[in-house]
Amino acid sequence: MTSSSVLSAVTFVFAGAALLYWCTWIFRNPALGRCATWVSLAAVAACTAGIVLRWVESHRMGIGRAPLSNMYESLVFFSWTIMAVYLVIERQYRTKTLGAVVTPLAFLAMAYASLSPDVNRTIQPLIPALKSNWLIAHVFTCFLGYAAFAVAFGASILYLLKRKDAEGTGWVLSHLPDVAVLDDLTHQTILLGFLFLSLGIITGAVWANSAWGSYWSWDPKETWSLITWFIYATVLHTRMVKGWYGKRTAFLSVLGFAAVLFTYFGVNLLPGLHSYAQ
Amino acid sequence: MRTSAPRWRCGLLHAADNMTQQPKRQGRRIRRFLASVKLTIGLLLILAATSIVGTLIPQNESPAAYVETFGQGLYRAMRLLGLFDMYHSWWFQVLLGLLTLNLVLCSWNRLPAVWKIVTAAEPEREASHMGAAPLDTFSRPLPPEDLEPAYRRLLSKRFRLCRSERTGDGFTLYAEKGRWTRLGVYVVHLSVVFILVGGLIGSLFGFKGFTNIPEGESVTSARSRDGDRILDLGFTIRCDDFSVQFYDSGMPKEYRSTLTVLENEKELFTKYVIVNAPLRYKGINVYQSSYGTIPPREVVLQFQVPGSPMAYTVPAPLHQRLSMPEARGSFEVTGYRSSLSFRGHQLGPAFLLRLYPSGEKEAPEDVILPTRFKGFDKMRKGYFVVSVLDYEERFYTGLQITRDPGTTVVYIGFVMIILGCFVTFFMGHQRLRVKISAAGRGSMVEVIGATNRNRQGFQQRAARISRLLAESL
Repeated sequence: MTSSSVLSAVTFVFAGAALLYWCTWIFRNPALGRCATWVSLAAVAACTAGIVLRWVESHRMGIGRAPLSNMYESLVFFSWTIMAVYLVIERQYRTKTLGAVVTPLAFLAMAYASLSPDVNRTIQPLIPALKSNWLIAHVFTCFLGYAAFAVAFGASILYLLKRKDAEGTGWVLSHLPDVAVLDDLTHQTILLGFLFLSLGIITGAVWANSAWGSYWSWDPKETWSLITWFIYATVLHTRMVKGWYGKRTAFLSVLGFAAVLFTYFGVNLLPGLHSYAQ
Repeated sequence: MRTSAPRWRCGLLHAADNMTQQPKRQGRRIRRFLASVKLTIGLLLILAATSIVGTLIPQNESPAAYVETFGQGLYRAMRLLGLFDMYHSWWFQVLLGLLTLNLVLCSWNRLPAVWKIVTAAEPEREASHMGAAPLDTFSRPLPPEDLEPAYRRLLSKRFRLCRSERTGDGFTLYAEKGRWTRLGVYVVHLSVVFILVGGLIGSLFGFKGFTNIPEGESVTSARSRDGDRILDLGFTIRCDDFSVQFYDSGMPKEYRSTLTVLENEKELFTKYVIVNAPLRYKGINVYQSSYGTIPPREVVLQFQVPGSPMAYTVPAPLHQRLSMPEARGSFEVTGYRSSLSFRGHQLGPAFLLRLYPSGEKEAPEDVILPTRFKGFDKMRKGYFVVSVLDYEERFYTGLQITRDPGTTVVYIGFVMIILGCFVTFFMGHQRLRVKISAAGRGSMVEVIGATNRNRQGFQQRAARISRLLAESL
């Protein structure tokens, strides 16, 4: 039983969680909601097991490295962080409908990792540039940031939907939490994401300084992470302008998540030092 | 008192006043604009948008490549706009400078007021700053005089500042903590200034260059990236050894240089330099960047007579005329190629030999000796079959040499921004007001709280404290 087969199975657990959250939304059954949370917890646990197994496998192969260094591993970790951050937020804010928007993202990332023919699932040893402890810190913090922004994106989508139906009459939207709660949720998760993204950019810069002699070289991936940072910094400042928070925060949050996705996937299409593409 | 005559004078005076007021009002308006949050938002978005452009247009490529992609005319226009080295262009620097100015002005305007709040001696009492609705209200069977000391003790344990005041029908306790967290934002802003200033120092006083050192040789200087500056290191670097290891898949496993630093002919220390473990000395950083092969100095050849057990081992320094075994003449190793192509095939590393057979009739012969194919020379059908037994691979190590005096400043900025963000986002100035009023034989207790951050967390905490107060006596 290899780690990639375990993780392929875990994809179905993620799918199950997403499905249960949708059912909770549609049927408004609190028992389904509790079920969804338990399945999500199981998904995180199983995913953790898969990641640890991969680490052990790499040691057995004599390569011994953290499972965070290629596209496959980063996708799996991304799904793990989205689910983990979501569960923490769910516990804080006690809202299950957010799960219906966020858990599908985690499922999609896992599915792409497990099923896409473009993703290499074998354990490859590290080239010299990747042999650094900073790699773990950098990947870890960046993806925690990305995950928080994914949850914020979900909350913003719900916010924009709910705004159209403030009275709460439509059957789809009435079950959503209050507009104020969604706005607060978006803001809090963006704060978390911003802190982790800043940490991610910084650990990346310190690593670059020890590997390539320069903490910043305007490489496309570095620049795009800064662009994402600029967009979320804008969100933090729009809160200070009267009447600008609410809808603008939500739109910027969606734009910011688009930047996150481009930073993660899109830059591989541009030339530079950073491509995971093999 | 008004008289009719001076009216026009008043008018003139008023106009004159206006004329001196105009620049002042303009100045104030400009200052207000420069310190506004709207400018911050605008600048951040413009920086984001322009940075995007810089990733879509490849930066710092050769002019030929650009002309090919964009055509002569568009290339000239784009070069004028600085689009090919965008992040170092003057207008990008201006945007960063404006952001810094905006940041500094914002903080300059607001800091004094916040400083006053933070350094005030007594806890804040303004009821208007607290929520209108109490968090909790409950009654106790004991009179206010009995509750007050116990409550004061409980609150002082949890809040740094606690003060009790007697009121008409009881006491009011003011508790407060975390005032200093209001300064978090200013630390974040200052950190951005540190980072930008550090980057500026680096670009003005720093150096980025490279050098290649063949094994066994030393250098005292490095050449800059664009080739026009030489940096004198102030010390000597000698490459004692370079080794490269590969995985079975052919991917590189490790590049390692053994470097010794000398100063005034004296060896100071030796270090293994690999990617991710640079050598740092006297503010100069040496990074493992690349490598290459250089021709070896000697090769050990084997001259074998086909069909007989006779095989001669001949050590042959390059570029030296040596005698062949069995007095067959002389030969010279004329060269080495790290990868030789022969009739469309890649042979890999190979030595080139020239044979001078004894006997006037015979002409010199050129021989190719690929190190990977020992039997290659059989094709020649010469008297000897020559092959390469052994040779020492020699390398040169490609090192990147940099100096960046601004790095420390930038790193301080990094630490500040993380700490500042953490304090600003997740810690707040928390205030609690507990009003104890006499109600018959006992008291009515009202708990009101306020925070400037993280309302949810504070509300949970205040609810817990309130329950504690309710159950304590």
